[in-house]
Amino acid sequence: MSDRITKKIMLFFPECETESPIVYHLVKDYDLMINIFRAKVTPEEEGYLVLDITGSQENIGKAEKWLQSLGIAVNETDKGVKWNQSRCVQCGSCVPHCPTGALSIPDRLTMEIRFASDECIECLSCIKVCPYEAVASMF
Amino acid sequence: MKTVAEINEKISSGKAVVLTAEEVIDYVDRKGLEKAAREVDVVTTATFGPMCSSGCFLNFGHSKPKIRITEAWLDDVSAYSGIAAVDLYLGATQLRHNDPANLDYPGDFRFGGGHVMEKLVAGEEVQLFALSYGTDDYPRRELRTRFTIDDLNQAIMVNPRNCYQNYNVAINASDKPIYTYLGYLKPHMKNCGYSSAGQLSPLLNDPHYRTIGVGTKVWLAGAQGHVYAEGTQHSPTCERGVLGVPSEGAGTLALTGDMKKMNREFVRGVSLKGYGVSLSLGVGIPIPILDEAMLKQTTIRDRDIKAQVIDYSADYPERTGKIVGTVNYEELKSGTIELNGQKVEAGSLSSYAGARKIAAILQEEVRSGKFLLSEPIAPLPIEQSMKPMKEIG
Ligand code: SF4
Ligand code: SF4
Repeated sequence: MSDRITKKIMLFFPECETESPIVYHLVKDYDLMINIFRAKVTPEEEGYLVLDITGSQENIGKAEKWLQSLGIAVNETDKGVKWNQSRCVQCGSCVPHCPTGALSIPDRLTMEIRFASDECIECLSCIKVCPYEAVASMF
Repeated sequence: MKTVAEINEKISSGKAVVLTAEEVIDYVDRKGLEKAAREVDVVTTATFGPMCSSGCFLNFGHSKPKIRITEAWLDDVSAYSGIAAVDLYLGATQLRHNDPANLDYPGDFRFGGGHVMEKLVAGEEVQLFALSYGTDDYPRRELRTRFTIDDLNQAIMVNPRNCYQNYNVAINASDKPIYTYLGYLKPHMKNCGYSSAGQLSPLLNDPHYRTIGVGTKVWLAGAQGHVYAEGTQHSPTCERGVLGVPSEGAGTLALTGDMKKMNREFVRGVSLKGYGVSLSLGVGIPIPILDEAMLKQTTIRDRDIKAQVIDYSADYPERTGKIVGTVNYEELKSGTIELNGQKVEAGSLSSYAGARKIAAILQEEVRSGKFLLSEPIAPLPIEQSMKPMKEIG
């Protein structure tokens, strides 16, 4: 198991033509462990899926190629929840509402805010409490 | 003993020693009060957070033909026009026309007066829609145009209440969530909301208003403004602790400054879910170190500043006067406080990181001679309480 890695990715379906049971294939054909954070898939519209995939580097690579062959965009850098640093006033109002510590104050002397995208489970709590629209959802 | 004039001379010759209200704490610990008082000339204080009692007077110049505006909207946010022909006052908490407010509870309040002010300061275009009844000398009855702050003759921020000396901490002891101006509060005291820059906060560093008074020059979102009066609800008579620092709201300041010289980073529209809109504002005030006693005041630190915890689900709205407990800012800033043996997560509405940044900017402006200090032309009241409303009938 030591060569297994976990990666958070966002999938974007340009328009939801895919009838293929994606998650089934990812598990079955590529031996991946899937943890879905958030999904928005409406028939005949674009769709999004944010998930953690765990597996060997090789299988993850193959799976991503397969997804791309279906016309699905695999985004490794952008996640469903975005923190806009220039809009954030560093108040900290969101911090008690973030269940994972993705939004946190690592140094209590400077009180500056840090956002760790890979720790975010996309629960959207911060979006509800941020008074400055500094966090937003892509979908 | 130093006078403000002497300190200004030192500033002008580039020799003034200027520390932030955070730096001065260690400095005095290290050097001792007496020695430090001889060295330090100015301590800069700051705060950056929602200040609802804010707004601005705008003058548009005259349209052709002229209009005497009787109703006006800026980006669909109503502005007060019961003053001269093309003057308006826009308030920070004014909602946008057709905002469903809390009809769809909790409302989002995405845009309002504070956001229009932010747009103006950012130099963005804003729409003016105005109506009138028409007069012989001001015949026009309707007007729709777009403008930026540069097109205005004046854009003067006039804020009846800013810089609360201290503030209470909100919790929710009920069994359902509530939405307040101190944020979203989970039931059963799971979290609390506070709003003060603590040891950096202007009036906590000059708790008896010795150097801060009417006429004191302040750094208002990047512009050089001043205190024009005591703030509304200024109520200095209250419980005070270490160094005379109040543990309740206490003093407030009425501030004014030229919006054309402000920086957008420190003028920010606020949307508080379930509550409404407001404006966050950055304020910095330099304190002249006249003597040892003044320096001593500026060494106040978070752990010595207390705040009262109030239940916003019942005691606050009902004005019972009950408090749940007392905490200090060191505890609040740690992210968890303890109340009745229970751990409560703490979140701030005001930005300490932002206040630090402002204190440092002001420090640099004073050091470089760009910002000179002023002496108050009248003191703020030091004894006065806030009356509750008298309701008749
Ligand atoms: S979406 Fe949830 S997990 Fe992600 S940063 Fe916001 S509060 Fe934290
Ligand atoms: S609540 Fe918004 S502005 Fe405040 S720290 Fe969080 S993301 Fe930044």
